[in-house]
Amino acid sequence: MSLLELRGESAGYNGKSILRDVSLKIEPGERIAFVGESGAGKSTLLRLLYGRLGNTAALMPQDSALVQSLSVFHNVYMGRLHQCSVWRNLRNLLFPAATDIEEVRKVLTPLRLEEKLFSNVGQLSGGQYQRTALARALYHPGRVIVADEPVSSVDEHQASEILSTMNCEKETVLLAMHDRALALEFANRIIGIRDGGIVMDTPSAGMTPEDLDELYLAGGMITA
Amino acid sequence: MIPRREPSPLGRTTSGFLLVGFICLVFADIAISTGDPWKEFGLLLNGIVTPNFYQTDSLTLAIAYTMAFAMLGVAFGNIAGFGLALVFHYRVVRVGCAFIRAIHELFWALIFLQMFGLSPLTGILAIAIPYSGIIAKVYAEILEEADPRPLAAVPVGAGRTSTFIFVRLPDVWAHFRTYSMYRLECGLRSSAVLGFIGLPTLGFHLETAFKEGYYSEVSALLILFYLIIATMRVWMKKPLLPIYLIGAAAILPWGVTFSWAHITRFLTEDIIPYPIRAGGENMMASLVDWVTMLFLNQIWPGTIATVQLTMIALVATGLLTLFFFPLISPLLFGRTARTGGHVFLVVVRSTPEYILAFVLLNLWGPSMLPAIVALSLHNAAIIGHLIGRFTETLKLRLDAVKGLNRYFYEVVPRVYRPMLALLFYRWEVILRETAILGILGIATLGFYVDSAFADLRFDRAMFLILITAILNICVDALSRSIRSRLRLHTTLEER
Repeated sequence: MSLLELRGESAGYNGKSILRDVSLKIEPGERIAFVGESGAGKSTLLRLLYGRLGNTAALMPQDSALVQSLSVFHNVYMGRLHQCSVWRNLRNLLFPAATDIEEVRKVLTPLRLEEKLFSNVGQLSGGQYQRTALARALYHPGRVIVADEPVSSVDEHQASEILSTMNCEKETVLLAMHDRALALEFANRIIGIRDGGIVMDTPSAGMTPEDLDELYLAGGMITA
Repeated sequence: MIPRREPSPLGRTTSGFLLVGFICLVFADIAISTGDPWKEFGLLLNGIVTPNFYQTDSLTLAIAYTMAFAMLGVAFGNIAGFGLALVFHYRVVRVGCAFIRAIHELFWALIFLQMFGLSPLTGILAIAIPYSGIIAKVYAEILEEADPRPLAAVPVGAGRTSTFIFVRLPDVWAHFRTYSMYRLECGLRSSAVLGFIGLPTLGFHLETAFKEGYYSEVSALLILFYLIIATMRVWMKKPLLPIYLIGAAAILPWGVTFSWAHITRFLTEDIIPYPIRAGGENMMASLVDWVTMLFLNQIWPGTIATVQLTMIALVATGLLTLFFFPLISPLLFGRTARTGGHVFLVVVRSTPEYILAFVLLNLWGPSMLPAIVALSLHNAAIIGHLIGRFTETLKLRLDAVKGLNRYFYEVVPRVYRPMLALLFYRWEVILRETAILGILGIATLGFYVDSAFADLRFDRAMFLILITAILNICVDALSRSIRSRLRLHTTLEER
């Protein structure tokens, strides 16, 4: 059974249509990279997919996603807010419980964030911030992750680390990426978006970054 | 290795203030002493929902006088404040402004009452003087923060006046206008309250109607007052301003005469501490006795009560703000609920805290409770409004939780700093109001000031007002140092 299927969907916001007539089928266990120019409609498509998946998916949005004035612990813990009672959440906001600290620590250790557990997110470096955002998504119980440009502001080494952790920890990975080489390395299916429509849908095996050039050059047409 | 969890400076300050507020509350008298407070409250509610607009003559006159005092007071305060802002870089001007704004309008009114009696001059000056001190400070800050770039482009040799008119003024004019509107709203509240010491404004009629139990008239007065404030943007238009000012000057009852000899005597004799006035050989010794007596019997207990009430009201304001701001926040409530929230906050913040305290005092009897409730309701409605509006600019992520979880984890952490900034900014305002509420019978410094005026001991009254002003300046300085240490900032719109 497929995880999700779109049939001729359109989407947009503020009355402006951005996606037109998109059909797509996603199977559990797939690692899909959505590639295309900025403004092509990748983020809108991810929003649409996340809307369908709801809380079965963990989300890593593009920006302003973490609460700056809360600690790393609290931001990661927020991945499971919807699962706990308000009173437990409130207590953890003021006096974090040892069991929850331990759970969060388990997620943070492989991401080398252990000693930042109680630092405010506002004090972190760009890479630490991005890894905290990932830790929050990993702490979320969903087996699917929807990530919009999760490695846009970190160096290549950290980008590889974040993407491979994501691949290890989650069953299904849906990514919007502008880095073609990384997309090919970590995804097994590439979906090319252009002008609000899907213009390419192919396994990544054997592809080179140059094969994706057409998505970015004006005028080119590709049939998948 | 799990790192130790260090409390943040913000958290430490919060717990410190909570603790102080709690200790002050433990020692406070907050008993309800009236026999059946809820019966009277029921009668009041009944009156509130059945406003009586038939006493049109007195209603119209009360509103007209309230507006006239506010207009003229704020206009003169604005002119003087603008002038002072231009020379605000002189230390003597800064200190002078801090001093005149540290004294509440009602204290100024009590002073001028001794000089000019019930002449309109008393009300106009009582508003204009403290307001010019406040306006000077805010205008000076606006001028300081204005864009410096146009100044660099001024041709060499342009005079200072023309540079100011052409370069500085256009840039800051809009800020001045917005702030003047806000001041006029404050002026209307101040003017209404001046009625409680005998001027013919809203407070006077309110007190009379209330004392006689005519709650439907109280309701009509308050509803008219809210309408005037709520529609201010409609009726306050620049071309109409001269008409309003001339009209205001024309309707005020200028007939009251006052004698210059009397004023001179007040200024040169009455307010001089009695031992100095009496002179003689033992002047120094008796002056020391006079100050010691005043300190032990009035200043010390009055200051303790003032600070105690201020701290309770400050903490209560903070806690109440956490309940008030969600009422108008689009992140937490839908459009219909928010409309109700807006109406509630407008009504609560438009009611002067003095009037709130007066009403509650009549229901509950004398204790600190009416003052705590009045001060925290009024100030929490003001801060809650600003913070609620601030949440309109926040964007939450797609998977943000809902309900109480959203409130605690997504919203409160984001608004906490600006909220504390506003709270500390209003600390000094709360202190000034606390002192004034003494006139209603709560034993803060205002109580002793009012008693001294009633006993015609003007030297004591002036000395106590001086102490109140110094206390206010100290709290202002403390608040400023806490705000700068925690790096809490308020924006221009929030002053």
